Amino acid sequence: MITVASLFSVAVFAPLLGALVTGLLGRVIGDPISRIVSVGLMVVSAGCAVAALWFGLAASAQAVAVPVSTWVQAGGFHAAWTLRFDTLSASMVTMVSCVSMLIHLYSVGYMSHEKNPVHRFFAYLSLFTFAMLMLVTSDNLIQLFFGWEGVGLASYLLIGYWYDRPSAVAAAIKAFIVNRIADLFFMVGIALLFLLFGTVSYDNIFATVPEHVGASYRLFGTSFPAFEVIGVLLFIGAMGKSAQLFFHTWLPDAMEGPTPVSALIHAATMVTAGVFLLARMSPLMEFAPVAKGLVVVIGASTCFFAATVGLVQPDIKRTIAYSTCSQLGYMFVAAGFGFYQGAMFHLTTHAFFKALLFLSAGSVIHALHDEQDMFRMGGLARKLPVTCAVMWIGSLALGAIPPFAGWWSKDAIIDGAWMAGGGLGGFAWTLCTAVAFLTALYSWRLLFLVFHGRPRVPELHDHAHESGPVILLPLLVLAVGAAFGGWLLRPWYIGEHQAAFWNGSIFNAPDNHVLATLEHTQGLIALVPTILSFLGVAVAFVCYMLKPEIPAQLARSMRPLYLFLLNKWYFDELYDRLFVRPYRALARLLWHVGDETVIDGVPRGLARLTVGGSSGIVRIQTGSIAVYAFTMLIGLVVLLSTFLLVR
Amino acid sequence: MHLPLLTILTFLPAAGALLIALTRATPEAGDRSARWIALWCSVATLAIALLMWARFVPGQPGFQFEERADWVPGFGISYHVGLDGISLLFVVLSTFLVPVSIVAAWNSIENRARDYMIAVLLLESTLIGLFGALDFVLFYVFYEATLIPGSLLIGIWGGPKRVYASIRFFLFTFGGSLFMLLSLLAMWHTAGTTDIPVLMRTHFAPAAQGWMFLGLVLAFGVKLPLFPLHTWLPDAYAEAPAPATALLSGVLAKAGAYGFIRFAIPMLPDAAARYAPWMIGLGIVAVIYAAIVALAQTDMKRLIAYSSFSHMGLVLVGLFTLNAPGVDGALFQMLSHGIIIAALFLSIAMLSSRTGDRSISGVSGVAARMPAFATLGMLFFMANIGLPGTGSFVGELLVMIGAIHLGFWVALLSGSAMILGAAYMLVLYGRVMFGSVRSLAGGLRDLSPQEMAVLVPLAVITLWMGIYPSSFTRVFDPAVTGLVAGHRQAVAAAASPAAPTVLEAAR
Repeated sequence: MITVASLFSVAVFAPLLGALVTGLLGRVIGDPISRIVSVGLMVVSAGCAVAALWFGLAASAQAVAVPVSTWVQAGGFHAAWTLRFDTLSASMVTMVSCVSMLIHLYSVGYMSHEKNPVHRFFAYLSLFTFAMLMLVTSDNLIQLFFGWEGVGLASYLLIGYWYDRPSAVAAAIKAFIVNRIADLFFMVGIALLFLLFGTVSYDNIFATVPEHVGASYRLFGTSFPAFEVIGVLLFIGAMGKSAQLFFHTWLPDAMEGPTPVSALIHAATMVTAGVFLLARMSPLMEFAPVAKGLVVVIGASTCFFAATVGLVQPDIKRTIAYSTCSQLGYMFVAAGFGFYQGAMFHLTTHAFFKALLFLSAGSVIHALHDEQDMFRMGGLARKLPVTCAVMWIGSLALGAIPPFAGWWSKDAIIDGAWMAGGGLGGFAWTLCTAVAFLTALYSWRLLFLVFHGRPRVPELHDHAHESGPVILLPLLVLAVGAAFGGWLLRPWYIGEHQAAFWNGSIFNAPDNHVLATLEHTQGLIALVPTILSFLGVAVAFVCYMLKPEIPAQLARSMRPLYLFLLNKWYFDELYDRLFVRPYRALARLLWHVGDETVIDGVPRGLARLTVGGSSGIVRIQTGSIAVYAFTMLIGLVVLLSTFLLVR
Repeated sequence: MHLPLLTILTFLPAAGALLIALTRATPEAGDRSARWIALWCSVATLAIALLMWARFVPGQPGFQFEERADWVPGFGISYHVGLDGISLLFVVLSTFLVPVSIVAAWNSIENRARDYMIAVLLLESTLIGLFGALDFVLFYVFYEATLIPGSLLIGIWGGPKRVYASIRFFLFTFGGSLFMLLSLLAMWHTAGTTDIPVLMRTHFAPAAQGWMFLGLVLAFGVKLPLFPLHTWLPDAYAEAPAPATALLSGVLAKAGAYGFIRFAIPMLPDAAARYAPWMIGLGIVAVIYAAIVALAQTDMKRLIAYSSFSHMGLVLVGLFTLNAPGVDGALFQMLSHGIIIAALFLSIAMLSSRTGDRSISGVSGVAARMPAFATLGMLFFMANIGLPGTGSFVGELLVMIGAIHLGFWVALLSGSAMILGAAYMLVLYGRVMFGSVRSLAGGLRDLSPQEMAVLVPLAVITLWMGIYPSSFTRVFDPAVTGLVAGHRQAVAAAASPAAPTVLEAAR
């Protein structure tokens, strides 16, 4: 097992080395070497991750802890730096490092036109990867939180990479603060967990879960099951990171960052952290049925909300960003039904096809010299044949057309929702199925608007050119994953080998039969999502190829609805009125009225009473340090002596 | 031979100050030699402090490096000094920040540098003295003595409103200290001695404890500062020259919190337990109020000053959770905050000395011109927000663990600094560092080697505290555990009717 442990450590720490070298020495060693170093170390990391997963599966060992160092150790609280190797973490590490390696490579090409040195960009990318790897390999919740905040920092830096753009800086700040709001609840959840279990390490928590099932916690004057409170708090943390409804506002704005960032943050890694958290905490979540119900409700609602908004966005990256939001909703629905394997399966396939879509969109934007408005594109298929082909593959996977990757994972989730039954199951199934239609519709809307039909802005079209091999190579690799990933991984993630594959790293309660009943979904019900997907493609074809006037007419005839969707259900405006502006006003009020008038006023009033005395003091201000010091010392001695003698 | 290390440590800076005062030279030569003497003297002090850290045995109960000499034996007052795990690290913090502050002041203080160095060294002596004191009168003398160099530093080398700020700083702290003196006299009246270890074993009547506690709260609350006694703070921190602000906020403010942990909690356990909810309430108010006010600030230095106030509120919450993780967290927060806030004030000063403007709107796009500065600044800003991997996260985490023992809302509200702190810090960073380069920022030079020498050690320690905090917690955790256990026993004993109520001194 020693080889697995060391390979695993190398996989995690190689990106850190890359970040440090390029970040601190970037200006000394220059851009070309920085690029080679960071990409090279990512290749090492990905190689080691694959090898570690391979050997680990071969040995079929249960969780292995790789101790690194002690960390916080005070007042009965312990948290150590430890890497945890089990299938859940190893599969995540492999996925994250592989996708990240491809994105590093892609960035070499994508950032080649930057005027300023880009070693900073590679440092951030590697730092981000390291933080994400620390998150997924954590052995306790505090280390998970370290990675959790680390990806938050890196995403802040990456979104604000072009910091001379005010919108990028604003988006970066927004992303950080919205995440922080959720993180506060997460942190309180961790503290509560410590209060209950007396530990934050996974093994110790999971081992004592049965003893604490009946525990309760008083809140709002009522007694709640403690597991439910903790479950809800952890889920709020997950909502922030995974941009679920009410916390989603940062994600579309995060599109201000360079495109590889979007791929890294919104596809493979950061936003899936919330799903990972629920899978990781499955031994606890399984005993919090109400919290799980909330997960389903929020997941399904986000799924639907984001898809409707994605339907009308003119910006190519924002469309894909909302699609990410929506797909994350699917994963949460699965997790909420206790179908963590399905959530992880969709997470993995989604990583491939969404990274592919973002990077292809980047290739398009690159070709059109930073144009992102889809209504200024069109007919690019001939100019960008490879990009067009891989984007088709990505959309086929996203739209869940068989046999592409998304079909395997998404249909499993929808079937799972159906088989879970009850009101919740019906609610989730209805929304998820409807979204299958919407997903296909907005995906093909994008494809048709960008690649087919007539060019809308000829001059942009004429100058468009296919990207270079450094950009295309990662796209092709990801396209292979998007095409065959679902079929290849299904037996391991949710199929016949799943028990051996997960090997206890995901827990299902004894009464949780989602996986077992998955196969028994009635034939027609199982077909509905696929039929709707095809229908979505067909509708998109009609609306954007055959009769392009239909969408415009619809937008006119249902203008309020159209505006409602275009403005993302007015969440930003609402939050601005509800929180941002009142908070700023309160800050000014407290400063000027609270601090300057009231709190400052009392001593000022006292001072005014003694102003006669102080004018006399002014006269003896000589400016000599010795006189001051001497006078004060004498005063002190006199004061003390008085008190000591007059007892 | 047994060297009186602590006494040497305490008076070495004062000796250096005397040496500077005695050196006769032309003003220029005098300033130059004063700088070098001050630097070497403070480095030697740091070396001794580190030696003591190395020789300190963490698990050993009681005080180490103890020294005792009669002072006023008839009244039970003695020169009694010594260190435990709690005070040791504050001594180390003081001795570390002083050389940093001296290097930072090397070029920025041009006017009367000789006097400046004397004042800084005297401040160091008084700080070490107050953390090492094991006699309440001795503590009081040092505590008051910090005021002299402290207010001189503000009043002579400060900004435009320096005299006003200095007098307010002096009057507030001095006024607060008078209440400490009253408490001191009351304690002495009961116990007949002012020896701290004896006072810690003395039981005061619960009613008397309340009054003594109030006196101590007023005294230390001004220094900390406690809401609403903070009105001197924004002016003092903003007007003082940055190297002095680093010492005032980095160490002197900690003297207030140290007072709580050394006197108020162990000596007055019943009152501390009784009034803990009020103290925690005030702490939470400070956390939230200061964070909100910070957002509205237009002056960078004042913003950081309010941020310091907000973080000290968290320290107060941690201390009065009265459980081991909470108190550990408060102590750790004090140490890490000392480093980070000093770094922030010094960074701001480096920027404003280049632009000649402290206002937030005065400069933008600094990151493009000063990449090294922007990188270090990002680290300190993120540390101030409490990002894991930096020291303040460990403190905040432990305080929150302590707070959750008291209730959900205590933890949630005291943790709200996570959000509010991020808001004002990121807005500041975004306005100043990011954005397009404005004319003023056009000709900025990046950090000089000397400035790097100031900031890089602070950055290294910030990360060290965040990644391997055990080097520090190891030192004070046993002392804190003992303190909390002792406190719990005392409260339990007072609750049982059989306990002696008035006096059970070690006489």
